[in-house]
Amino acid sequence: MTVTSKSAVPVFYVAEEHDHPEGVSTPLGFWIYLMSDCLIFAVLFAVFGVLGGSYAAGPAPKDLFDLKLVALNTTMLLLSSITYGFSVLTMEKGRAGATQLWLAVTALFGAAFIGIELHEFAHMIGEGATPQRSAFLSSFFTLVGTHGLHVTFGLVWMVTLMVQVARHGLIEANKRRLMCLSMFWHFLDVVWIGVFTFVYLMGVLR
Amino acid sequence: MSARKAVQGDGLIHVPSGEVHATLKGYLIGFGLSVVLTAVPFWLVMNGAIESKPVTAFVIMAFAAVQIVVHMVFFLHMSPKSENGWTILALIFTLVIVFITLSGSLWVMYHLNINMMPGHNMSGM
Amino acid sequence: MFANIPLSQLIFGRLTLEALPIHEPILIGTFIGTLLLGLAVVGAVTYFGLWGYLWREWFTSIDHKRIGVMYMVLGVVMLLRGFADALMMRAQQAIAFGADQGYLPAHHYDQIFTAHGVIMIFFVAMPLVTGIMNYVVPLQIGARDVSFPFLNNFSFWMTVGGALLTMISLFVGEYARTGWLAYPPLSGIAYSPDVGVDYYIWGLQVAGVGTTLSGINLIATIVKLRAPGMAMMRMPIFTWTSLCTNVLIVAAFPILTASLTLLALDRYVGTNFFTNDFGGNPMMYVNLIWIWGHPEVYILVLPVFGIYSEVASTFTGKRLFGYTSMVYATVVITILSYLVWLHHFFTMGSGASVNSFFGIATMIISIPTGAKIFNWLFTMYRGRIRFELPMMWTVAFMLTFVIGGMTGVMLAVPPADFVLHNSLFLIAHFHNVIIGGVVFGLFAGMNFWFPKAFGFRLDPFWGKLSFWFWVIGYYFAFTPLYVLGLMGVTRRLRHFDDPSLQIWFVIAAFGALLIFFGILCFLVQVYVSIRDRERLRDVTGDPWNARTLEWSTSSPPPAYNFAFTPVVHDADAWWDMKQRGYTRPLKGYRAIHMPKNTGAGVILAALSTIFGFAMVWYIWWLAALSLLAVIAVAIGHTFNYSRDFHIPAEEVARTEETRTRLLAGA
Repeated sequence: MTVTSKSAVPVFYVAEEHDHPEGVSTPLGFWIYLMSDCLIFAVLFAVFGVLGGSYAAGPAPKDLFDLKLVALNTTMLLLSSITYGFSVLTMEKGRAGATQLWLAVTALFGAAFIGIELHEFAHMIGEGATPQRSAFLSSFFTLVGTHGLHVTFGLVWMVTLMVQVARHGLIEANKRRLMCLSMFWHFLDVVWIGVFTFVYLMGVLR
Repeated sequence: MSARKAVQGDGLIHVPSGEVHATLKGYLIGFGLSVVLTAVPFWLVMNGAIESKPVTAFVIMAFAAVQIVVHMVFFLHMSPKSENGWTILALIFTLVIVFITLSGSLWVMYHLNINMMPGHNMSGM
Repeated sequence: MFANIPLSQLIFGRLTLEALPIHEPILIGTFIGTLLLGLAVVGAVTYFGLWGYLWREWFTSIDHKRIGVMYMVLGVVMLLRGFADALMMRAQQAIAFGADQGYLPAHHYDQIFTAHGVIMIFFVAMPLVTGIMNYVVPLQIGARDVSFPFLNNFSFWMTVGGALLTMISLFVGEYARTGWLAYPPLSGIAYSPDVGVDYYIWGLQVAGVGTTLSGINLIATIVKLRAPGMAMMRMPIFTWTSLCTNVLIVAAFPILTASLTLLALDRYVGTNFFTNDFGGNPMMYVNLIWIWGHPEVYILVLPVFGIYSEVASTFTGKRLFGYTSMVYATVVITILSYLVWLHHFFTMGSGASVNSFFGIATMIISIPTGAKIFNWLFTMYRGRIRFELPMMWTVAFMLTFVIGGMTGVMLAVPPADFVLHNSLFLIAHFHNVIIGGVVFGLFAGMNFWFPKAFGFRLDPFWGKLSFWFWVIGYYFAFTPLYVLGLMGVTRRLRHFDDPSLQIWFVIAAFGALLIFFGILCFLVQVYVSIRDRERLRDVTGDPWNARTLEWSTSSPPPAYNFAFTPVVHDADAWWDMKQRGYTRPLKGYRAIHMPKNTGAGVILAALSTIFGFAMVWYIWWLAALSLLAVIAVAIGHTFNYSRDFHIPAEEVARTEETRTRLLAGA
C-alpha cells in the first residue's frame, strides 16, 4: 500500500475489504467503562478518607468491625475470583458444561459474600450504627454498599450469561461477554482489597 | 494469522494480535500470592504483632498495593501489549486521576478543616 | 403501616395539584405558549403522516450522523429556553433599583439563574459539542459508525430524558434555587425540602449516564476504528481534540455522578455527608463538584479548539501550523485540567499554601492554550484567507476569547480572586470564554459542516447578520459586567440599592437584546437555507475545498459513509488524495456490514426518565416499577443477538452511481 514509483497514484482505498470482526472494540470499551467505575470508587474512598473519622460521638470502627467475619468475606470473594478464572480456562477450551459449572460455583461464593455482608449490615443497624448516625457511618455504608451493589449486579449478569450460554453455547458473542464479566469480577476484587485494607484494617488500627 | 503461542514467565499466553490468554498456572500463582498477601495483613492487625501502629498501617498498605498488582497481572492479564498499549495507558491515566482525587481531596480538606471548621477535632484524620 | 398514609399520597407521592403554577402569570403564559407550539409541531407531524418516518429513520437510528443531527436539534431548542432565562434576568436587573423591586420575586428569580446555568452547560453546550463530535469523528477517521452504535442512540435519549425532567419542572413543581452547582447545605433536605433540587439531581444523573457512555464510545471509536494508515499523528486535529475531550468526559463525569449520589443520599436517606451536623462537611461537596467542574469546562472548549484548527487551515488553504505542538498542547491541557480545580473556591479558606499551588497551576494551564492561539495565527499568516462564515467566527473567537483568557489569569491570582470571586467580574469572565470560545466555535462548526450533513450551505447573508448581532451583542452584554464586577457588585442579585449602577445594567440588557436578534437571525438562516436549498446546493461533497476525509464523501454521506474504506498516507488525508491524483472507484462494490436500528434506547431512556420523575415526587411504587423495568428491558435487549445486516452490493452500487452522475453534472 505504498507508492511504488513517483508517477504512480498511491492506493487510497481498500478494494478487497472483509467484514470487520464483530465486537473488536468491546474489550477496550468495557475496560474504559471499568476505569470510569474506578473513579466513582475513588470519590467514595476520598469521602471515606475525609469523613471516616467523624464519629459524631457515635460508634467507631473498633466498636463495630468483626475482623473474623471480614476475613471470611474476603476469602469468599477471593475464591470466587479463582473459580471464575477456571471458568475462563474451560471456556477457552470450548467446554460449555464445565464453564457453566464453574460459573455456578463463582455465583455461590459471590452470593455468600453478599449474604455475609448483609448480615454484618443488619447487625450494625440493629446496634444503632445506622448510615444516618454519623458521617463515618454514612461513608462506610455507601462505600461498602456500593461495592456490594456492584457484586450483586455481577451476580445478576452471571445468571443471565449462564442462561445465554445454555441457549447459544460458547459463540463468539458469549465469549466476549464472559471476558467482560471476568474483567468486572476481578476489578471488584481489586476494589475489595482497598476496602478491607482502608476501611476495616485501618479502621481497627486507628 | 496463526497464533504463535508462547508461554512466558508471567504464566500468560501472548498472542500476536495483542491479546493475552490465561493459564491455570497463572491463576494458581495469583491465587496463592493473594492468599498470603491477605492473610498477613489480617494477622498483623488482629494479633497486634508489630508494636507501632503507623508501621503496621504502612505495611498493610504496602501489601494491598502489591496484591492489587498481583490481581492486575494474574487475574486481569494486564500487560503493555494488551490492546497495543491502550489498556495500560488507560489504567495509568486513571490511577493518576485517582491519586490526584484522593491526595488532593485529603490535602485540601485537611487545610479547610483546620481553618474553617468549628472546634475541629483532629484525631479522626 | 400503610393505614395512616392517605391513598392519594400512596399513589401520587408528594405530587398534588398544588404543584401546578396556577398563581404565577408568567408561568401560565409560558405554559400556554409551549402548549400551542407543541400542539402545532405535533399537529404538523401528524398531518404530514411523518410519525412512522421519524420513528424508523431518526428516533431508532443508530447512525452516528442521524444521532449527531438530533443532538444539534436538542441543543438549539434548549438554547431558546436557556436564553429566555437570560433575557428575563437581564430585564429584571435593568429595572430593579431602589423602590422598584422589578417583576420577578426572589423565589422565581433564583430558579431562573439556576436553570439558566444548568440548561446552558448540560443541555445546550454539551449536546451541541457531542453532536458535532458524533457526526464528524467517524467520517474523519474513515469509519462507518462509532464502536457502539446502540449505546450511541441510548446516550442521546438519556440526554433528552435529563432535559425533559428539567423542562417539566417549569410546569409541575419548581426547579432548584441553589445556583447551577447546588451547594449544600442550601441544597440539603433541611434548607431545600421541596422538589427543586431533586429535579436538578435526577435530570443530571439521567443525562450524565448518557454523557459518560458517549465518552467511552468515542474513545473506543478513535482508538480502534481508524482507517488503515491513519496513525495517531495523522489524525485530523479535530479528532485529536475529540479524543482528549472524551477522555476528560470518562474521567470527570463519574465524579459528578458520585457527588450527586451522595447529595441524593443525604436528601432521601438522611445520611450525613454534607450536613452541618453529625460529622458532615459541606465543603467536601464543593471540593468534589469542582474536581468534576473544571475538566467540564475543558470538555466544552477542547472540541471547539479542534473546530477552529480545521476551519483555520481549510479557509487559508494551508496545513495547520504546528500540528505536533497542537497535539501536545491538547494533551497537556487534558492532564493539567485536573490540577486546577481549587481556583473555583480560593475564598473557601484552604489557606496560603494550598491557594498558591492551585493559583500557579491555573496560570500554567493558560500557556498551552496560548500556544494554540499562536499556531492559529501562524496558520493564517501568509495564507489566502477566505472570509466565509466559519472563518469570521474564528477571527471573532481569537479576539474575544483571548480577553476572557486574560481575565481568567487575573482571577487565578488568589489575592485578586478574594476581591473578584462571585462578583459580576467572574460572570463576565466565564461568559467571555464560553460565548467567545464555545458558542462562536459551535457557530463556526455548524456553518462549516452543515453542507456536509444536508447537501446545501447555510445562507451567508442571514448568517453574517446573526454573526454581527452576536459579536456586538456579546460585547455590549458583558463588558459592563466586567466594570460592575470591578466595582464590587455581587452575582445572582435581583435588586440593587445604588441607582448609579443602573446604566451598566441597561447597556447589558441592550446587549442581550442584540444577541436575541442574533439568535433570531440564526433561526431565519436555517429556515431560509431550507427554503432556498437549490440556490445553496452543493453536489460535490466538498464545497470549501477542504482537507479531511469527511469531505471525500457525498453530501449528505450515504448510510455506510464510505463504499470503500479509505487508506491514509498523510495527515490532511483528503487534501493528500486530491493532490496525488485520487480517482473515485466506480466499480467493485461489495456488500457492507451495518448495525440495525432499534427502539431499545428510546424505551430505556423513557423508563429512566419516569424513574427520575417518580423519585422527585416520592412516588415509590412507580420508582421501583420503572427501575425494575429498566433492568428487565436492558437484560432482555442482551438476548437479541441479531443486531446487524448487510447492505447488498447492488444497493451500494446504485447509491454510488447516483453520486457519479451528480459529480459529472456539477
